[in-house]
Amino acid sequence: MRKFLLAILVDNKPGVLTHVAGLISRRAFNIESINAGYTEEESVTRINIVVSVDSERELEQVKHQLSKLIDVVKIVNLTEVENITRELVLIKVRATAEARADLINIVNIFRAKIVDVSKENVVIELTGEESKINAICEVLSEYEIVEIARTGAIALSRGPVPVKQMEEN
Amino acid sequence: MRINGAQAVLESLKQEGVDVIFGYPGGVVLPLYDEIYKMKFPHILVRHEQGAALAADGYARATGEVGVCLSTSGPGCTNLVTGIATAYMDSIPLVCFTGQVATTVIGKDSFQEADICGITTPITKHNFLVKRPEDLLRTIKEAFFIARTGRPGPVVVDIATDVFRAEMEFDYPEDVHLKGYSGIFKGEERAIDAVLDALSKAERPLAFVGGGVTLADEADDLRAVLKKLGIPVCSTLMGLGCVEPDADAYLGMAGMHGSYAANMAITGCDLLLGIGVRFDDRVTGVVKEFAPEAKIVHFDVDAAELNKNVRVDVPVLGDLNWSLPLFIKKLAACDVDFPARFAVWREKTAEMHKTHPFFYQKRDGVIMPQQLIETVTRLMDDDTIFVTDVGQHQMWAAQFCSVSRPRHFLTSGGLGTMGYGLPAAIGAKIGQPKKKVVLFTGDGSILMNCQELATAANYGVDVKIVVVHNHLLGMVAQWQRMFYEHHYSQSQLKGRTDLVKLAEAMGIVGVRIEKPEELETALPKALTRDGATLIDVMVPEDVNVLPMVPGGKRLDEMILEAAK
Repeated sequence: MRKFLLAILVDNKPGVLTHVAGLISRRAFNIESINAGYTEEESVTRINIVVSVDSERELEQVKHQLSKLIDVVKIVNLTEVENITRELVLIKVRATAEARADLINIVNIFRAKIVDVSKENVVIELTGEESKINAICEVLSEYEIVEIARTGAIALSRGPVPVKQMEEN
Repeated sequence: MRINGAQAVLESLKQEGVDVIFGYPGGVVLPLYDEIYKMKFPHILVRHEQGAALAADGYARATGEVGVCLSTSGPGCTNLVTGIATAYMDSIPLVCFTGQVATTVIGKDSFQEADICGITTPITKHNFLVKRPEDLLRTIKEAFFIARTGRPGPVVVDIATDVFRAEMEFDYPEDVHLKGYSGIFKGEERAIDAVLDALSKAERPLAFVGGGVTLADEADDLRAVLKKLGIPVCSTLMGLGCVEPDADAYLGMAGMHGSYAANMAITGCDLLLGIGVRFDDRVTGVVKEFAPEAKIVHFDVDAAELNKNVRVDVPVLGDLNWSLPLFIKKLAACDVDFPARFAVWREKTAEMHKTHPFFYQKRDGVIMPQQLIETVTRLMDDDTIFVTDVGQHQMWAAQFCSVSRPRHFLTSGGLGTMGYGLPAAIGAKIGQPKKKVVLFTGDGSILMNCQELATAANYGVDVKIVVVHNHLLGMVAQWQRMFYEHHYSQSQLKGRTDLVKLAEAMGIVGVRIEKPEELETALPKALTRDGATLIDVMVPEDVNVLPMVPGGKRLDEMILEAAK
């Protein structure tokens, strides 16, 4: 299984997320994460999905099937170009008095941030590549994790060319 | 001129050249039905919304135009679903209008509310919910454009009832501007050069044609290509009629119930030219072993079809309206005598078809289903549109109806919708009133939409309904006979229903035929009388559709003869 990050520009119309999500489930594609948000153009939404596929052929199917959706304007496989990929995670950890110092240490090592503190908990925020997020989750699993929220990956290409001006690949 | 939304819908339909709606009224579409009444807009009242969608589908297949159906919200639109899925699987252009509850109560589980856009997302090319009057006209324009361009398909336009009442200026857009869809599918010229190159290296090429040729109205160009190449050709179920049945080296239908020659040619060819096909599992047999010796060329308008089911060596992406004329041009400029080069292979495949044609054994005193279909085909003229339902009779019709024109064999290929036949035949006859329309159906299929007999009666739609009556769900029973030790679980219909009386009760004529000699007396009489007629023909229970490629087998592993 290989993972690819696809940036999908879609017409910002009602139902477009249903169409994208519905297609993924109907065609039985495996997705690791999906997220969507506004862009520099008001009428365009950007959906970032990470798909895991067995072969090039399956990846082509994912792209072609998504391209067929009327509201999909463009799809670019960002894994195939130089890119910056980031994910954000928020982790709520039980922080007893004796654990607190250790947690602060871990936060510093990962260059994460503590964004909320209460008597029993801290909330840690970290931005980074998936491997880094996985690593902090792994380390923190030694402690009592109350809950985790992850955004899934988003990415931009390096250099001046935006996805909307790239060739579909 | 300011008009209301309901009038605007009908005016838009006129702009799109729509000459009939198949529909069924209900609460939220009453404002639209009031304008249909006032404008006398041509409308066929079906007896179940599924009939509306399937009649629109039959209309679209027979005419090449977009079929239009209309239902109310909730149960009205959910009843359309099977018809929409049928059209989607066979890429048939439909625009389905559905009423939706008022914008103020959408999402509140209101009376007769259903999220039809959510429900139909996987079975439409696109769908729209219209909540704002200012979106109505643009949406209708886009819906027709999307339905008919590229790979056609059904589009749902769900309109909130308050939009029908809203006042607006009727200013129908001239053009469509969709960021992600141009409707133009022109490919790259070098793809055609690659095909020519592959042909120049091939020794045993075979053309394999499908419904895409019909959808693009490209049968004439296809025939020109075949003539120039002189290669054998076989067809999918959906491609029947694209090639004349008596054409040189036409091997008939391929696949699960395809001809011996077609399946053996696929297995033995070294170059397969797939044109407007999608390599469906019913035609490939076990897909890994499909055309094992061949390079595969694939002409298709839909990029997602290339490499979907089989690996393609030479893809020709683009509308057949672009690729086939260009192919002809390039072939004309080519000085190779292809027919001479491929003569030995062509004659070998033609000989296989001659020695192994579709075949059945007649029996004394009973009408064999294949004999019935052969006789009906012989009695009808070449311009007759044959429609089928789904099951054994459908496959026998595919084998024994010799259809020589595209859009003259209408069948639910992809979805395999029992109940398709009667409403589709009605839609086809309404779309092509000058042509004769014959439906082959079974005693199972006909009852799935028999309410539409009333529609045929009320509008005087002259369809001839030939019921291949074997008292069974024949195809289910065949599988049970062959693979489930004769356990006829729930496949016996017991035969207490009198279809002749049913026809009469619904207001059309019914005729029963039981003896072979009646095929030459009562049958022609029934087929040539005026008006809708149901012809209930008794056939034996134990007949199998053969040849047959069992599930999970290669095409060349077909069963040719019934076990003794």
